[in-house]
Amino acid sequence: MTTTPTPPTKQVTPGTGPATGPVRTARSLAWERRRHSMARFWSSYRTHRAGLFGLAALALIALTALTAPLLVGSDVQSVTAAPGTAMEKPSGEFPLGTDQFGRSLLGLLVWGARISLTVGLLAAALSVAIGTLVGIIAGHYGGWFSTVLMRITDWFLVMPTLVLAIVLATVMSRNIWTVVIAIGVTSWPTTARLVRAQTIAVESRPYIERAKALGGGHTHIMNRHVLPNVMPLVLAQTTLGISSAILTEATLAFLGLGDPTVVSWGGMLQDAREAGAVSSGHWSYLAPPGIAIALVALAFTLCGRAIESVLNPKLGVAR
Amino acid sequence: MSTTSTTGTTAVARAPEARAASGGNVHAYLLHVAGRLGGAAVSLLAVLVTSFFLFRIIPGDPVKAMTHGMPTSAEQMATLRRQFGLDKPMWQQFTDYCANALTGDFGMSYQFHAPVGDLIAQKVPATLLLTGVAVVIYSAIGLWLGTRSAWRHGSLGDRLNTGMALTLWSVPGFWLGLLLIITFSVGFGPLPGMFPTGGMESGNETGFAYVIDVAHHMVLPVLTLVAVGYAQTLLVMRSSLLDEMGSDYLTTARAKGLRDDVVRRRHAVPNALLPTVTMVFINLGHVAAGSILVETVFSWPGLGGLFYQALSVPDLPLVQGLFVVFAGAMIVMNLLADLLYPLLDPRVGR
Repeated sequence: MTTTPTPPTKQVTPGTGPATGPVRTARSLAWERRRHSMARFWSSYRTHRAGLFGLAALALIALTALTAPLLVGSDVQSVTAAPGTAMEKPSGEFPLGTDQFGRSLLGLLVWGARISLTVGLLAAALSVAIGTLVGIIAGHYGGWFSTVLMRITDWFLVMPTLVLAIVLATVMSRNIWTVVIAIGVTSWPTTARLVRAQTIAVESRPYIERAKALGGGHTHIMNRHVLPNVMPLVLAQTTLGISSAILTEATLAFLGLGDPTVVSWGGMLQDAREAGAVSSGHWSYLAPPGIAIALVALAFTLCGRAIESVLNPKLGVAR
Repeated sequence: MSTTSTTGTTAVARAPEARAASGGNVHAYLLHVAGRLGGAAVSLLAVLVTSFFLFRIIPGDPVKAMTHGMPTSAEQMATLRRQFGLDKPMWQQFTDYCANALTGDFGMSYQFHAPVGDLIAQKVPATLLLTGVAVVIYSAIGLWLGTRSAWRHGSLGDRLNTGMALTLWSVPGFWLGLLLIITFSVGFGPLPGMFPTGGMESGNETGFAYVIDVAHHMVLPVLTLVAVGYAQTLLVMRSSLLDEMGSDYLTTARAKGLRDDVVRRRHAVPNALLPTVTMVFINLGHVAAGSILVETVFSWPGLGGLFYQALSVPDLPLVQGLFVVFAGAMIVMNLLADLLYPLLDPRVGR
């Protein structure tokens, strides 16, 4: 409305300001801008103590999960080659005792981090990918198509997520991908709503009009202009999503809907319950997996809230 | 607070209901109601359709699932198919299902050999009791702590409060339940078992003693639900009160010389309550589904426990019926929240 499109006479790379150095390509400028905003983001993030705590905890857990084959060895899951006897109390050899098959509980706990983190990350990534796609498309195109998409989103929003995930996991075969899909396809609507709102806000800015006037198509505008602007929001949403995905994974595994061939924290709790750890007061079997789940979920939540409040200081949540 | 004038001709500052009902707003409100009712009906229909297709289109033979790997002859399979109407064409199964579902008939349970509707109806009161009590308690706690937190935001108390809530929120509810059972039911160290490990009643009490007995059984499950549930209410209340706190009307109230306490209770909190009210309703809708784990852990004889039993078979008609009930509860509660909202907040829905 206010901006008049510049006639496309010169083939100048878009985004170049007044040239200061000798060779300043659009790419180098863009990278410099990104570096600056990353530095700004970090210096602001650093002031959130809880966020830093979450980040440190995550780094530690991720390191443990990655080095698990070195720390405990992959035969820790083996039922046949178990090193101890069944249900031992904590000792020097088995700091947390053993389970009903004689496997070291500490080893299982370390190994379980791999599954819980993998499923949590994949499920959150799937959910956020669907949410972002639906959100951007609904926000960009508008019209009846968008209305239909948002109706579907609203309907998913009303569905009890856990029940839907449980039902999906029940009717599909038991493996990790089932769990990932069950969590991913049930938890995307919140992201879709947020991204759609942000897309509409971004597209009302003049530079989108300029891009259109220069001949930018739908794909170009969505990929190059809208997506980078919704990315920060998506990042915060992903971080928060991971923590609920990990909790849902533990819940599904506890209900016996996880992959029975791999060890996960939720699965350990199910085993503990079946082995009668509750009535025999076997604390060292029951407590650690739950603490691990809570710690990871809390760490992701703290990071997500810190990112959110850096990006949107008006929220005033994390402080 | 309520300075938003209405287009009505008569009294302005009466009860919200009266205000919404006065003058030309009735029309707007009725339109709102009609729209929401229509939306809810569409959602319910969508839930019915989903629960049908989820179990038929996704790979897996219901009859195979029914026999659960047991050796079954082709004849037996065919008989089972006929018995459950699975030999009819898909569209006919679908119309039959829809017609039956609308009258509350979800077929026969595979494992209990009883109508799904009756099985569900038997379990509703237990779930309503458990989760109703829990929602009331955690909403109250969440509102109270959220208000305190926001009013003194940034203080040590606020940080402890929020940190505690976030930590408990990250804890898996079923695990907390197991720990509570170990500690208070089984007994830990010198601590004797004080509460029953599960169930709803001991079975031999009547009258007032029965009430006490049920309450005694409810303590641990309610505690679990409250612990993992209050964080959400707290956070919503806190952030909505923080939003209100910059408002001019609070400065005015303080300038009038009102005590801090009065400013909070009479001026800030009522306005900040609005988003939280929606939240409470949505929670009420969630509880039926949300208590699946807690009911399982505490062997509470409710819908959640039934769902778990149905899953382990898997008893498809029962899972299907419960799915509709859980989703239906969400839809109805959302509808109620939508309908109440314009009555509580005159700025909405006009």
